[in-house]
Amino acid sequence: MVPRGVAARWRRAATAPGKGQGSLGGREEAAAGRESHAACLSPAGQPLGILDGIPIAVKDNFNTAGIETTCASNMLKGYISPYNATVVQKLLDQGAVLLGKTNLDEFAMGSGSTDGVFGPVRNPWSYSKQYKEKSVPKSHSEDKESNWVITGGSSGGSAAAVSSFTCFAALGSDTGGSTRNPAAHCGVVGLKPTYGLISRHGLIPLVNSMDVPGILTRCVDDAAVLLGSLAGHDPKDSTTIQDDFKPFELPNLTDVSKLSIGIPKEYHAPGLSSEILALWSKAADLFRKAGAKVVEVSLPHTRYSIVCYHVLCTAEVASNMARFDGLEYGHRSDMKDSTESMYAATRREGFNDVVRGRILSGNYFLLKQNYEKYFVKAQKVRRLIANDFVKVFRSGVDILLTPTTLSDAAPYTEFIQEDNRTRSAQDDILTQAANMAGLPAINVPTALSERGLPVGLQFIGRSFQEKQLLTVAKWFEKQVQFPMIQLEEVKKHDSDVFHHQKSASLS
Amino acid sequence: SQSSSLCKTTPSTAKSPRKIVFVGLEIHAQISSNSKLFSGSQVQFAAPPNSLVSFFDASLPGTLPVLNRRCVEAAVMTGLALNCSINKKSLFDRKHYFYADLPAGYQITQQRVPIAVNGSLSYSLCIDNKMSQMVTKTVRIKQIQLEQDSGKSLHDDTRSQTLVDLNRAGVGLMEVVMEPDMCCGEEAAAAVRELQLILQTLGSSQAVMAEGQLRVDANVSVHHPGEPYGVRTEVKNINSMRFLAKAIDYEIQRQIEELENGGTILNETRAFDSKLGCTVPMRDKEGQQDYRFMPEPNLPPLILYDAKSLPANMNHQQVINIDWIHERLPDLPSVKRKKLVEQYGILPEHSFTLLNEDGLAEFFESVVKQTQMKPKKVIGWILKDLLSYLKQHSLTVKESPVSSFLLADLLNLLEKKEISSTAAKQVLAELWKGEGKTPLEIVKEQKLELLQDQKELEQICQAVIDGHENEVMAIKAGNPKVLNKLIGLVQKKTQGRSNPVLVKQLLEKKLSG
Repeated sequence: MVPRGVAARWRRAATAPGKGQGSLGGREEAAAGRESHAACLSPAGQPLGILDGIPIAVKDNFNTAGIETTCASNMLKGYISPYNATVVQKLLDQGAVLLGKTNLDEFAMGSGSTDGVFGPVRNPWSYSKQYKEKSVPKSHSEDKESNWVITGGSSGGSAAAVSSFTCFAALGSDTGGSTRNPAAHCGVVGLKPTYGLISRHGLIPLVNSMDVPGILTRCVDDAAVLLGSLAGHDPKDSTTIQDDFKPFELPNLTDVSKLSIGIPKEYHAPGLSSEILALWSKAADLFRKAGAKVVEVSLPHTRYSIVCYHVLCTAEVASNMARFDGLEYGHRSDMKDSTESMYAATRREGFNDVVRGRILSGNYFLLKQNYEKYFVKAQKVRRLIANDFVKVFRSGVDILLTPTTLSDAAPYTEFIQEDNRTRSAQDDILTQAANMAGLPAINVPTALSERGLPVGLQFIGRSFQEKQLLTVAKWFEKQVQFPMIQLEEVKKHDSDVFHHQKSASLS
Repeated sequence: SQSSSLCKTTPSTAKSPRKIVFVGLEIHAQISSNSKLFSGSQVQFAAPPNSLVSFFDASLPGTLPVLNRRCVEAAVMTGLALNCSINKKSLFDRKHYFYADLPAGYQITQQRVPIAVNGSLSYSLCIDNKMSQMVTKTVRIKQIQLEQDSGKSLHDDTRSQTLVDLNRAGVGLMEVVMEPDMCCGEEAAAAVRELQLILQTLGSSQAVMAEGQLRVDANVSVHHPGEPYGVRTEVKNINSMRFLAKAIDYEIQRQIEELENGGTILNETRAFDSKLGCTVPMRDKEGQQDYRFMPEPNLPPLILYDAKSLPANMNHQQVINIDWIHERLPDLPSVKRKKLVEQYGILPEHSFTLLNEDGLAEFFESVVKQTQMKPKKVIGWILKDLLSYLKQHSLTVKESPVSSFLLADLLNLLEKKEISSTAAKQVLAELWKGEGKTPLEIVKEQKLELLQDQKELEQICQAVIDGHENEVMAIKAGNPKVLNKLIGLVQKKTQGRSNPVLVKQLLEKKLSG
């Protein structure tokens, strides 16, 4: 496979009009520059690194030097970052081609990728044969276009980019499920690594104590490759662990008899669709039949995680957003009456109401008279949630198997009927606790729903045991043989690239 | 521990009973380090505006703090020198407020668990301004915390704009909190002065107030004995030793007068207006500030080790060993003073003056080494003659035109009785001009050598005796003090070139016969 040619094809697909709003446009020059750069530096065909020439998209909350980094917010529109996030630099050092910055919910707050200033992201599956065949227009006059479904969020652009073959892999971020959720809705692999494994230097923070860079790929092996390039101690990030990280190749697991899979009963959450419940059950049976030990376990504090997350997340948001005052960078209001009025106007103009709402809540929880009642209490609850996992893993369970989302992707028109806070509270329920506990978790695309849309299942592993987690995920991926998206536009171009593969891979 | 007898509080009267004054201090000392507390940008005074600002200092989104090891060592050293317990685990917090010189909208500090707690500082005061009576006091150190300095903002009212310089933003500070054990400006100034000396000795801070490396906030409250504690005001950002005592004493007086007039004290922040010599309310800090403290999530707890707890295979670059630092602490000022007194037999108050002047102790010791004169005599020349010259001309010891070598040379001449002490003072005045002459050259030039010819001296003595019958009779009648007049006359005749001790002996011998 010649990277240059592939990248050209990919770019054509990416800029196909009206589809995705995944990439924020204008990065083709950067990509073309990098690509020829890659070609120049490897004259004898020597790869620059393991990712040489591979097109990768990056969520727009990662700093990219010389390239606009907006977080899909008016506050940072036009902000050209002077440095690369560590993970971006690592990708570039391995020869990857940065294809573009992907769309998201503003400052990564949301579960639909619908609340950014550049507009919502459309799930590529909306345009798939599989979805179109199953969708029944309610009336003749109904525009087929209005049927499109969301990607989930907040890393919706990255998930859409990988899902639509615009790139091989993408970086997202995951604070409450923001990588796994859109991965599930877009039918791609979404890995949330253990907190402290991958550097957050250069990732514009939402919740410093929960954020991790997320990896979105089309198959589990690719996720392992990306992880190998990105993981490891970064002196610029004091929350990364000191231990050496050794990149690994995933074995082809055949014997699961020594494995113990835990099924946490609390993840049978209210609102879980019967479809997904059935799929989850089927997956458990799959492991059982293959000889693994499958046990029901309990994580009793699961139901408190959303409320706890709400307090801790908004508190950190209020703090992290305090730097956006219009003085040093970013949007600055024309209001000149006083410094304070300039700050207030800048922040009102720069932030959407989701961000402003979280700042107000967070400041409330951090007030001296409220701090013990809310913030400290939530920290204690967080400890209990984390301990639930510790107990279960100590009891002999290796991996937990849960649904990733409550249902398949909702149509946009339906999704926006409820506000961001409500949706987030609903959609984060199955993914959030892993962030509380800092554990690694991965979404593996499992099957198509009745509506022809992807449904994924989640595996949660022990701290820093990504190898085991990904090995099991890979085994499962092989069993389920998730179908490839059939996008009509891509078919018109070079489908021969894929025709003999179920899913394209880097290896 | 109140000892208000030293303080200039109002004496007790029927109308206005004696007040108890509490003065506590929060002292911010800039850490002497190459780079800032959490970023690699340089620390330097008076650099071009915004030339020492890293991405982190400017709060660019996505940047993270990385703790500077040297700053931690400086805080540990300071904690040990102030007899504190060093917390083996301390935490970092965010203190939130909006201000132009605080780019992130919060300061990283240590509010919950600081690096050092529960220490003490001993300092000395002279009673009634006499150097002869010194008293030692102690102030408790509540804690020492590491925190970031802010940038500087300058308000340009003519153009209605604020200019922001972030060079100082992120520089490491040690905040030393002194409990309200002091009762007046003089005590506070003495305590701060001692702290300054300690910091300079350790090298943990250069503590030069003029360069903003040492800033003091004073908390002052006043109440009647037996009544509840008074409301506290904070006098912020006192940045000169001269104004420290003044500002505090003014505030104490203001509060006393306010209460005596039936007024109330507001819990407010005030600044010292040096031109007017009074404290004024600070408009910027109106209202109660809720800093919404929150743990700093990007910095794990700071763990320090000692010899016992040090893990065997830990990379020693990654750890700080408190005991290792303790072993290498230099002699603190109090120890140095004691040694000076013991080694040279000088008075304690002398040792204070020696250490109070940068380089003076070293100068003294250097002179002592180079002269046969006893240190007890040398000290007089250092503290009275040399120091007064320096003060008169506003020079530091380093800038002295008279080197220790020259002074020792001069004192040797005196010790060998080649000149009188009066002559020596004359020579010193000449040396002060810094024209490069040696003491011996000046002596020869000005003909200041003591008369070595005993016969000649005897003749002059006889001549004086012969010329002053009245005085001779008075002496013989039993008034020995009149002898001094005769000695003075001999001195005059010899143009100061006679040894007064020898003259006295000769006169006495002649008169007794």
